[in-house]
Amino acid sequence: MNANPENQPVIALNSVTRRYGAKRALDNVSLTVPRGGVLGLVGANGAGKTTLIKHVLGLLRAQEGSVQVFGLEPVARAVEVLGRLGYLSEDRDLPPWLTVGELLRYSRAFYPAWDAGYAESLRQQFQLPPGARIRTLSKGELAKAGLLVALAHRPELLVLDEPSSGLDPVVRRELLEAIVRAVADEGRTVLFSSHLLDEIARVSDRVAMLAHGRLVLQGELDRILESHRRVVVRLPGTAARVKALPSVLAVSGGSEEWTVIRNGSPESFALALRQAGGEALEESSATFEEIFHARATERAVD
Amino acid sequence: MEIRLSTTDGLPVYRQIVNQVKYLIASGRLQPGQELPAIRTLAERLVINPNTVVHAYGELARDGVVVRRHGSGTYVADKAPRLSPQVATESLAPKVDSLLTDATHLDLGLAEVLQLVRERHNLLKHPKNP
Repeated sequence: MNANPENQPVIALNSVTRRYGAKRALDNVSLTVPRGGVLGLVGANGAGKTTLIKHVLGLLRAQEGSVQVFGLEPVARAVEVLGRLGYLSEDRDLPPWLTVGELLRYSRAFYPAWDAGYAESLRQQFQLPPGARIRTLSKGELAKAGLLVALAHRPELLVLDEPSSGLDPVVRRELLEAIVRAVADEGRTVLFSSHLLDEIARVSDRVAMLAHGRLVLQGELDRILESHRRVVVRLPGTAARVKALPSVLAVSGGSEEWTVIRNGSPESFALALRQAGGEALEESSATFEEIFHARATERAVD
Repeated sequence: MEIRLSTTDGLPVYRQIVNQVKYLIASGRLQPGQELPAIRTLAERLVINPNTVVHAYGELARDGVVVRRHGSGTYVADKAPRLSPQVATESLAPKVDSLLTDATHLDLGLAEVLQLVRERHNLLKHPKNP
């Protein structure tokens, strides 16, 4: 059996590529998720988030590269891997004809580690009536029922694919609160995908950004925020001149005044700007959204 | 303890908490010895990752602003350092820079800016006087 030491990553993707016809849904993606904390997987719709998650769940086999979850290959060792993770899918495929109470008994059969007391406390906390049929539940209740089933066997890894899609802001907040509470349980690792940057920025320790199947940035969220700056510069000439300055990721604006998103050494940027005959007018932190768009477009153009 | 977060101003969430707690202490709204919310409580209220609160409280403890008592909680330090004048000045510098930049673009000189600062100061101190 695998010893599964604490320092072994919970998820490890190594150069994974997935093609659908000519389209690369995942393009040479390498991603390591350490134990504990929340990894926010962010990307536009169609960027490859769900395809990546399907590899983690063992629903897809890597065409190129390798995938390990808990140190195991998730297609070959599906029973072991799935028994240790909880999954909430975007379309929450719960049997519509069951009542909430029946759903709990039904799900329990799949998970040896199912904790009936915990399941019942979650049911009360989520205010899900035991006699209500799944098909009569609201979108918010359905999401909570899905989260309950994903959590009640106290999985080491919780995988949430767009958990709040289609929910109104009040229900979304309730669901996020429940997720935050689940994270607080010691040692749990959460993989949380969303196209809503605000959500990701609130709940993630680490983030991975996907654009057009490529991983364009991954790391600790705080470090990423602190290492990117937004600078307004004045420089005569074209956008290409601005783009050529060191560590510039994205340029917008025109008529000699440009907004730049950059990282790297501030000194070498300032020096190169002065040598090019420009000046910095204003500098501030770059927002998560600005960083995401800068990274996503930078690689897409390459 | 009122904390308001923004995910659109580019400051890491832990940094926003640190800054706001320091501000609440400096302005007397958090008193020495007062207990800060438990980590889980604050995380749930703000809908953020509990690790972020741990990070923020750790930073505040390192700065001597709060004390953490094992198995008990986090409290405002008895001698919570008022922000040292140097740190306080540094934290205002970017705002002054942006004020001066705007003033330059509006063709206002330093004397006019200082005059305006004095006027606004008087207005804030004596809001009832016209």
